[in-house]
Amino acid sequence: MAEARTPLLEVRGLCKQFPGVRALHEVALELHQGEVLALIGENGAGKSTLMKILAGVQPADSGEYLIESEPVRFQNVRDAMAAGVALIHQELNLAANLDLAANIFLGREPNQFGFFQNRNIHAEAAKFLKRVGLDLPTDTLVGNLPIGKQQLVEIAKALSCNARVLIMDEPTSSLSQTETETLFEVVHDLRRQGISIIYISHRLGEVKELADRVTVFRDGENAGDLAKDEISHDAMVRLMVGRDLSEFYDRQIHSPGKVVLDVEQIRTPEHPNTEVSLKIHAGEIVGIAGLVGAGRTELLQTLFGVTPALGGTIRMNGELIRPQSPRDAIAAGMALAPEDRKLHGLVLPMTVRENASLASLKRDQNKGLLNFSAEETVAEEAVEQLQIKTPHLEQVARFLSGGNQQKIVLGKWLALTPQLLMLDEPTRGIDVGAKREIYRLMEKLAGEGMAILFVSSEMEEVLGMADRAFVMHEGRIAGELARNELSEEAIMQLATGTPLAA
Amino acid sequence: MNKNTLGIFGLLVAIFAVTALLNDKFISAYNIQNLIKWSSLYAVMSIGVAFVIITGGIDLSIGSVVGLVAVVLAYQLKVKGIDPGQAIITTMCMSLLIGLIHGLLITKAKIQPFVVTLCGLLIYRSLGRWLTDNQSLGPVPLEDDKGYANIDTINSLDQIFSGKIAITDSFNLPTPALFLLALGIAAALFLNRTIWGRYLFALGNNEDGARYSGINTDNMKIIAYVICSFMAGIAGILFAFELDSVQPAQTGEFYELYAIAAAVLGGCSLRGGVGSILGVIIAAAVIRLIYNSINMLGISTHLEFGILGIVILLGVMADEFLKRYSAQRAAAKQKES
Repeated sequence: MAEARTPLLEVRGLCKQFPGVRALHEVALELHQGEVLALIGENGAGKSTLMKILAGVQPADSGEYLIESEPVRFQNVRDAMAAGVALIHQELNLAANLDLAANIFLGREPNQFGFFQNRNIHAEAAKFLKRVGLDLPTDTLVGNLPIGKQQLVEIAKALSCNARVLIMDEPTSSLSQTETETLFEVVHDLRRQGISIIYISHRLGEVKELADRVTVFRDGENAGDLAKDEISHDAMVRLMVGRDLSEFYDRQIHSPGKVVLDVEQIRTPEHPNTEVSLKIHAGEIVGIAGLVGAGRTELLQTLFGVTPALGGTIRMNGELIRPQSPRDAIAAGMALAPEDRKLHGLVLPMTVRENASLASLKRDQNKGLLNFSAEETVAEEAVEQLQIKTPHLEQVARFLSGGNQQKIVLGKWLALTPQLLMLDEPTRGIDVGAKREIYRLMEKLAGEGMAILFVSSEMEEVLGMADRAFVMHEGRIAGELARNELSEEAIMQLATGTPLAA
Repeated sequence: MNKNTLGIFGLLVAIFAVTALLNDKFISAYNIQNLIKWSSLYAVMSIGVAFVIITGGIDLSIGSVVGLVAVVLAYQLKVKGIDPGQAIITTMCMSLLIGLIHGLLITKAKIQPFVVTLCGLLIYRSLGRWLTDNQSLGPVPLEDDKGYANIDTINSLDQIFSGKIAITDSFNLPTPALFLLALGIAAALFLNRTIWGRYLFALGNNEDGARYSGINTDNMKIIAYVICSFMAGIAGILFAFELDSVQPAQTGEFYELYAIAAAVLGGCSLRGGVGSILGVIIAAAVIRLIYNSINMLGISTHLEFGILGIVILLGVMADEFLKRYSAQRAAAKQKES
């Protein structure tokens, strides 16, 4: 059996620390030849960090990394590639303006004194494209291919570098159903060819279908392994969250109040030809699920005035509003904790105090002058109410952990007591403890009558937190699921554009 | 005073002390008065550009705005004989308008600040030359010149903008220093004590983050460019009265580089989000002081730019290393806790 052989790739006792966060602690992992190993864990469990270390993107602080029992120490991605370890990024790294052959040999163009030798690369490229089931002319521009095919090109590129280990990070997060099926076939094929694959996914259904073995991470540590015959949805979830789900998502269902947000037929600049309508009531927690690129973030940004709507109506408490900027939306009682909190949620070089008070400075001003005591109060209340772990209010936000940063963002909005709180991937990159606190806060705020609309790619989060969920597909709402209709299968079906069977 | 300002103040004291030791004429009332006067003129421009740099932008047109304002003012007083008060108001409005146009082009038309203000540099310079047919002229009549209307008002304005206030028997404070004092205090209060100052820092550090927090980032940026051109306008008036003759092709030339250099040396980061008015004022003084010391110490004036460049480079490098060091220490501290 596989266990008897020496593993192709092995890490032991790996540690990695970032300012304010312990990303990995004494982590172990092994991968055998021709094996598909699924790496799962909630957001912030340390999967991406480990994968970056494996692929040479960043070094570990300590620990061993062995390939065929030989210790290795990659300084960069090139070193890892030379050892046969390739990372297939979530965001693809192809040059859209170059053709397939040029992309596959990018950076390794056969050349003589710097002059490009065009002779063989097309035939050579076709060989690798075939291995991933792509039968396309090699002079096709990559930019003209759908995202699913681009991903296969990326894999072909890795194979052309003699990769033996492919690390795939959420490869299906933006793929359609058919593209996903194609990818699965390719993965099975590659396994037959003896390629080993580390497959990172949030989709437990996929993991079950593909994986020979599952390694579960929680809070930067190994939470357990599952052999092929032990892989089940419940077993995986239990290891991921470390306790029973019901305990983790402590929800009480409140009876929803009046309609807070009423959206009719709005069109976002990202999907100008599809209309979205939805209603959110006071005291409700509503989820929006869907694939990456389904238009969920864009919908929130349009509601919040970041990218103003092209048409349709938005009503807050029955009053028609036309948010042209976040300022307008905030004035109407909305708040948004954005997906990218480092880029949109916080001003990282500024302090906890300055960040927490940024939205309420205007309200607390004294004829344009800063009201320092009001500012201090706002920041203190945020720290206290949300239990932000910071040595003092003058700590620079950059040095706090993801969970605490997210709490600052929330604190900034709670100071304004919004009626609608929108959360885009509220727990991305956050440790389990802080995650639970954020769920509790959502529950508490809904209990107080706030309407909460959240976007999440994490299936468990939607299942656990939402009173109701909309599933988006290609810019439109593919379906709405009541709490008792929520299931991973139903969400995935709607998310990939398959109508639910009656 | 933060670390950076303290550092640049140390540099000022050091150069001052060395020059004073090596040449006893340096501490003469005349030289110090001159030093204060020129430092003040430069500092006014530098404060303006600091606002723009804090937003993460740049203004290359400052020198041309100084030149155009000086030219237009002199032109109105000498050629047109317009009422001096009115002439000053017109030129100030002109500089405000220039800032507004810069701001609108940058925020609404989304053209890069570098391009907008580079074009401004070219346009305002040539406007001044065209208006006067490239003939030099002064706002204040020389003794033998009778071609001015309102001579009395002009002379009293000259006392205000380019006068001296006796402090002791031998020492007179040049009036530009008072302008600098008032404008510097106003600028520092605006930046550190008003919500708009905080907004400028926030958007300079992270424009999207500021916008997502409900700040009207476009308006704040426009305000920064208006302030910058306004300060250049005031500097233009001060320079016009200071110089006997305004030369359309030369007055203010390269001043934007001195202003940007002072802002950067004074602690502003061209990445935006950082800056201190006091630091910028001291840095402007350092730049004038270096120039003065080169003359005083008999160093070849051909080396002026070279020495200036090296000092600024070293200053910014020292600041960068200091920052990295303290960031590392903060990170290490974080790790321990």
